[in-house]
Amino acid sequence: MENQFLKNFTDILDDHPNFKLDLDSKFRDLDEWDSLTALSLIAMLDDEYKITVTGDQIKNLETLGDIFKLLK
Amino acid sequence: MNVFESAFSLKNSKILITGASSGIGREIAIIAAKHGAIIYAVGRNQEKLNLLEEIIGHKNCKTFSIDLTNIDKVKKLIKDIDNIDGLVNCAGLIKMSPYKFITQNSFSETFNINVEAPIFLTTTLLKSRKINNGSSIVFISSINGSCIGAKGFTLYATSKGAISGLVKSLAADLSKLKIRVNEIAPGMIITDGLNSIEESVSTSSIQEDMNKYPLGGYGSPNDVANGCVYLLSSASKWVTGTKLIIDGGFTLK
Repeated sequence: MENQFLKNFTDILDDHPNFKLDLDSKFRDLDEWDSLTALSLIAMLDDEYKITVTGDQIKNLETLGDIFKLLK
Repeated sequence: MNVFESAFSLKNSKILITGASSGIGREIAIIAAKHGAIIYAVGRNQEKLNLLEEIIGHKNCKTFSIDLTNIDKVKKLIKDIDNIDGLVNCAGLIKMSPYKFITQNSFSETFNINVEAPIFLTTTLLKSRKINNGSSIVFISSINGSCIGAKGFTLYATSKGAISGLVKSLAADLSKLKIRVNEIAPGMIITDGLNSIEESVSTSSIQEDMNKYPLGGYGSPNDVANGCVYLLSSASKWVTGTKLIIDGGFTLK
């Protein structure tokens, strides 16, 4: 599940991530992180996991692990 | 309600307005009525339409609660109304959708409401000869898609860009009947639709975006409604196929 989540997250990016992604990665450190990436993350969580999160909720998260915890 | 005579007067003009139960459409109905128009208000929420009828007064407002994507309902609506002098296509859907998440379903949903419904309402009215010669047709589009692009709005912008094309071509078709066809492209306006965007982005992003408007903040439905009165009235009798941008100066840059 963790690997699938990391793959789903990587899929929302337009470019290859500029560092290796794991649950400790701070997603805002990605070169391409911007408002559209945040929006794509919300859409991905909705599509793949049927989870509804808001932009303000995302703002309070730091690592990919923080997002992963929402899935449980 | 006080009525004053000027080139902007809509006295005794019968005007059909879609999306009239809330936001920009509702405000256009109220402001047009203040300029003397008789309003046919179309929306999906009967309770809200009833409130609108209370504000305008029963004598000058008839309401129709229908889903404009249902062509049979549209045909019935057209049978139920007198000939009109103005049509405002305001009903629409605003939704952010990152391009990777555009599906055939989301495409259909957006295009059914933002493009197909206004086209078929307008053309069915025209085929039924319910739009008087010399009338004015107004489409509410957006700067987003007709003037600028914005992240996460590919689908919405595509639908609004389609309206810009429609306006130019239909204006050419209808000029011989002196029916004018124009478009209002607003910047971000404070309505219920904005709340759904605020959930997708964040309150601080909205605040940041507001700061990009030279005249300060987002517009109000009233800003669009006043422009619409101009396009509906004889003040704009030599204006067709144009786009009136109402955006607090956003597209200056």
